Amino acid sequence: MRRDIFQAIADPTRRAIITLIALQAMTPNALAEHFDTTRQAVSKHLRILTECELIKQEHKGREIYYQLEIDKMKEIDKWLEQFRKIWETRFDQLDTLLVTIKNNQK
Amino acid sequence: MKSNLLFDFSVNKENKTIHVKREFDATLDLVWKAWTTPELLDQWWAPKPYRTETKSMDFRDEGLWLYAMISPENEVHWCKADYKRIEPSKKISWLDAFCDEDGNESSEMPRTFWKNAFSETAGTTLVSITLEYKSLEDLEKIITMGFQEGFTMAMHNLDELLEALSDR
Repeated sequence: MRRDIFQAIADPTRRAIITLIALQAMTPNALAEHFDTTRQAVSKHLRILTECELIKQEHKGREIYYQLEIDKMKEIDKWLEQFRKIWETRFDQLDTLLVTIKNNQK
Repeated sequence: MKSNLLFDFSVNKENKTIHVKREFDATLDLVWKAWTTPELLDQWWAPKPYRTETKSMDFRDEGLWLYAMISPENEVHWCKADYKRIEPSKKISWLDAFCDEDGNESSEMPRTFWKNAFSETAGTTLVSITLEYKSLEDLEKIITMGFQEGFTMAMHNLDELLEALSDR
């Protein structure tokens, strides 16, 4: 199943997981200690984040560590950047209009 | 034109809001006029390549601004702003919507509640905008649409560039 990135980061627990592993790769057990929910619940969030390719697993010995896919996070940024551009264009137009009006008043 | 004018853009998913702050190199009086006069709004409100044409404006509390956003291919999208509260030269709030040419809203698109605050410091005017959505899904839908529009704009700019290059 293909998941939506924004759906992935819409959940507060998943956002907290992203914040935690942004600092360092962590095991599911170490992550679960930060939350009041069950380990199963944390595992489910990790699965969703993995399916969205926002995080990836890395095996070190017997342990599985989760780490952040920085490039995927940048995609979210890029997406918002396009939205921001609309506003930029609109405001640039207003800048031009304001200059025109000011010049006409002189 | 001053190049160091503030432009701040952030999304708060928990509060289902988008925040935009922008400074303009003009007095409050002038910026307020540009946001509230149909003849002036028509000149800047729609991001290029779209243009705005106001059909009617009743600028008062509970009043209505009915306008069309027109694409370069002359596709017309009717929009409206239902003004909620106006504090002259300070604040305007409205609820926007896509609608038909008589202002009957179409229900499938999320509505945005706009809160705009204006303030002037030494000839520079700051406009602070908060866009509120009913749900996170609505906010995401708007951002997705914005992405598509932004992409269309980028393509249009590319068209212009290609045209300029082929003229050489």
